[in-house]
Amino acid sequence: MDLSVKIGSVQLKNPVMTASGTFGSGKEYSEFVDLNELGAVVVKGIASKPWDGNPTPRVAETYGGMLNAVGLQNPGVDHFIKNDIPFLKKFDTKIVVNIAGRTVEDYCEVVEKLSDTEVDLLELNISCPNVKEGGIAFGTQAKMIERVTSEVKRHSKQPLIVKLSPNVTDIAEMALAAEAGGADALSLINTLLGMKIDIHKREFALANKMGGLSGPAIKPVAVRMVYQVAQAVKVPIIGMGGIMNGEDAIEFMMAGATGVAVGTANFANPFATMEVLDGIKGYMDRYGVKDVKELIGLAVGNIEFNCM
Amino acid sequence: MSLSKIKVATKIMKHSLIATDVYEMWIENKEMAKAAKVGQFVALYCKDGSRLLPRPISICEIDNEEGRLRLVYRVFGAGTKEISCFKEGETIEVLGPLGNGFLTKDKNVSVIVGGGIGVPPLLELCKQLKGEKHIFLGYRDTVFLADEFKAYGDVYIATEDGSVGHKGNVMTLLKEKGLDIDQVYACGPKGMLKALQSYVLEEQIPAQLSVEEKMACGIGACVGCICETNDRTMKNKRVCKEGPVFSAEEVVL
Ligand SMILES: Cc1cc2nc3c(=O)[nH]c(=O)nc-3n(C[C@H](O)[C@H](O)[C@H](O)COP(=O)(O)OP(=O)(O)OC[C@H]3O[C@@H](n4cnc5c(N)ncnc54)[C@H](O)[C@@H]3O)c2cc1C
Ligand SMILES: Cc1cc2nc3c(=O)[nH]c(=O)nc-3n(C[C@H](O)[C@H](O)[C@H](O)COP(=O)(O)O)c2cc1C
Ligand code: FES
Repeated sequence: MDLSVKIGSVQLKNPVMTASGTFGSGKEYSEFVDLNELGAVVVKGIASKPWDGNPTPRVAETYGGMLNAVGLQNPGVDHFIKNDIPFLKKFDTKIVVNIAGRTVEDYCEVVEKLSDTEVDLLELNISCPNVKEGGIAFGTQAKMIERVTSEVKRHSKQPLIVKLSPNVTDIAEMALAAEAGGADALSLINTLLGMKIDIHKREFALANKMGGLSGPAIKPVAVRMVYQVAQAVKVPIIGMGGIMNGEDAIEFMMAGATGVAVGTANFANPFATMEVLDGIKGYMDRYGVKDVKELIGLAVGNIEFNCM
Repeated sequence: MSLSKIKVATKIMKHSLIATDVYEMWIENKEMAKAAKVGQFVALYCKDGSRLLPRPISICEIDNEEGRLRLVYRVFGAGTKEISCFKEGETIEVLGPLGNGFLTKDKNVSVIVGGGIGVPPLLELCKQLKGEKHIFLGYRDTVFLADEFKAYGDVYIATEDGSVGHKGNVMTLLKEKGLDIDQVYACGPKGMLKALQSYVLEEQIPAQLSVEEKMACGIGACVGCICETNDRTMKNKRVCKEGPVFSAEEVVL
């Protein structure tokens, strides 16, 4: 059974990755799962300087999902290089660093500092709904996406993944802009902007009022967007949004994803990444699929697909 | 490589209502009981898949011989409501033990202060602490567990409605007693902890406070549950990982 896939120039042993912000820098979940088994560990968004993030409450459960307004709290890139890279290098898995910034210069500073490290891939977060500057402000206008992508791309030695926001009217247009800017891959989706109100206490569930919705509740939106983007671009796509098991992952791959990332599911089940991987293998066994790459984009532009 | 943390299906050995909306649940898992320390918590998972996140509940008692943990919780919302319907003999998925608990310091005179649903974790603490213990328990109306504390020290009770013990809060009761205190341990609502914090800081009494925050992962990965501290290198600490117990000098409430 061949499970390997390629993101940009980087070969992953299997398509299962972690979604940024839901897996820390790998340490916490390494007590539950063997990180060697993962295709890649995608770490929490890292900025040029330490960020404090938003006040609490930062998380709230919703039906089949959750809202978060963490606000990209992180200890900064220097701390990451010193403390987290040596830890992650102990494992045979690829390291993907998610990059946060308030300005284009911020992003470039992080990218430059990471250029001589053993980080395998970079993921540009231009889609965080929880910060005033940077984040989503860059990710909702095609022109801006292209500019930021090409600027960051010029500074980066590693292949660049651009993470798209679902909070737009035309996701394919944004994807094309990132591709035009030089993105080597795209990941989607980031969280959907949401809100929860406690009607009894008459207060917002999150201190930030609004937050990012994730988990199984958003899966159909994510699958649809992966499908639309897969039709528009040539670069590989990393699909995420509510993946809980192997079947969800296969659905994303058929919609056009090359890699899949497991996020909120980790909170509901710390073994989720391993169960997704086992589920993919189980599906391949059941249907006699020898190479996982055969599944990628089956639903895209394939007239036979509905007649199976 | 060793994978040290566990999430397991534990058997519910005992499950009963002990006061209005307050339940006790004994769960069995030898490994978890052996690893559990006073002041730590576990996270309980609902069976209904629409509720994704685990519910953090403090460890009330540790029975190492039988390999059991006692949890005491209040039905608060939909998740704890669902959990309260789990039957004895059924299993419940549990993650833990989690967090850092109390550091038991065997001083001469310890004061233990609990408020409402913050009372349960203090029972195991009182069991393990040596020396003279003065236990202050505050409730809104219904009193629970208080009798069990009497085996370990002097118990003073305050209720907001005055139905049992002193009418009012534990702080006035504590100040009235005018004890010569070496160490304070507390768990309860933020308002109570705040009042206690300013008191112990003024009186220069060492104190450990167990705080609460909304959580998602429960293991330090999501940075959802932070609380502010005056540590210069790490201002925002994770309640689930560095906490839930912090020293009164460190935590900003
Ligand atoms: C470290 C710690 C120890 C705790 N120990 C106890 C205990 O021993 N006994 C007890 O009765 N309660 C305890 N709590 C509070 C308990 O976790 C909540 O009452 C419970 O999660 C509410 O869940 P729900 O589904 O009924 O409420 P809902 O409001 O429906 O829950 C929605 C979401 O919010 C979260 N949530 C709601 N209230 C809290 C809260 N106060 N703290 C953290 N998350 C919350 C839930 O876990 C869930 O994810 C503790 C909380 C913490 C942080
Ligand atoms: C608590 C939390 C923190 C997150 N932090 C980041 C982040 O730092 N950078 C980023 O690009 N995405 C972040 N995300 C978004 C996830 O990576 C992912 O895109 C989203 O949650 C959808 O996937 P899921 O439904 O499987 O969780 C975060 C999500 C959650 C729930
Ligand atoms: S709940 Fe995730 S860090 Fe504490």
